[in-house]
Amino acid sequence: MRTWLFLVAAAVLAAVLVDGLAGLPSFGHFHGVDGLTLDHVTVRQRHATDVITAINFDYRGLDTMGEEFILFASSVGLVVLLREQRSDRRQDARDGPAPPGGDARDPLLALVGRWGVAPIIVLGIYIVTHGQLTPGGGFQGGVILASALITLLVTSGGRGPRTIGRHGALEALEALGAGGYVAIGVAGIIAGLQFLSNFLPLGTAGALLSSGTITSLSTVVGLEVAGAIALIVAEFVEQGADSGTAR
Amino acid sequence: MTTLQAAVLIVVAASGTAVALTRDPTRQVILTGLFGLVLAVLFFVFQAPDVALSQIVVGSVALPAMVLLTLRELRRRAAERERGE
Repeated sequence: MRTWLFLVAAAVLAAVLVDGLAGLPSFGHFHGVDGLTLDHVTVRQRHATDVITAINFDYRGLDTMGEEFILFASSVGLVVLLREQRSDRRQDARDGPAPPGGDARDPLLALVGRWGVAPIIVLGIYIVTHGQLTPGGGFQGGVILASALITLLVTSGGRGPRTIGRHGALEALEALGAGGYVAIGVAGIIAGLQFLSNFLPLGTAGALLSSGTITSLSTVVGLEVAGAIALIVAEFVEQGADSGTAR
Repeated sequence: MTTLQAAVLIVVAASGTAVALTRDPTRQVILTGLFGLVLAVLFFVFQAPDVALSQIVVGSVALPAMVLLTLRELRRRAAERERGE
């Protein structure tokens, strides 16, 4: 019975997929008017050489704000959920087992981690700040920055990241990023234009400080994403390590 | 479509199948990371470097790390339950 249901469903799905894919323009023959127009006008209009970043943080800046707040809301939700559980469990888990790999600190791994983190952070900052020039931007660079914390976490047995997560620095980073985006949007209104208008001087195309608010918005998104992902990971680690190191 | 693109597509299909056929969760996580990396190469050869960058970090670092942390937590709980009985 189950197999028959699957076969029927799979046949229908395959038919719809094949029909849909057959209707697509062949590879390299894009016909979207918006895309082709933006491809031609972006460098002149916004002085940004990466059209994708210009679309994300300028032409469709409002959509990106929504995306940013999806991440913000989900990370806040996760933190609320995990911290609630932890406070419930704290009493009865005093003498739990050590988390696997929790305190076993391999000196070689720790060394690699410590030396590897700096280049990752530099790369992350580079990707965040060069979004308007080359592929990259706040989202990509932000996750790279957060992955520096993950590296630290994997190689140091979880001790370093836990102290980072404990002082509220990640929460502050995330809030600064989310609030900064809205603040730049409101600044557009104050400048006499619309919400999220590109009101800053555009500079020379190809220079680091160019493209007006595209660069600033990309940077605040970088802060937000780095804070959010790092916070999520730090909370998960705390969750696992809590019962083990409470002795 | 160039030969390179066709070759990468085949590698993506192969590694995706490998992920689906692996039974041990820990191995599956490592393979998922590898699959994420291959997918990033696919995006890159199809001229989407922006997406490729996100895919590298999300697919091969963030997602596997998250699943590994969850697995650790599940194992810890299982050990705790065993001790309790």
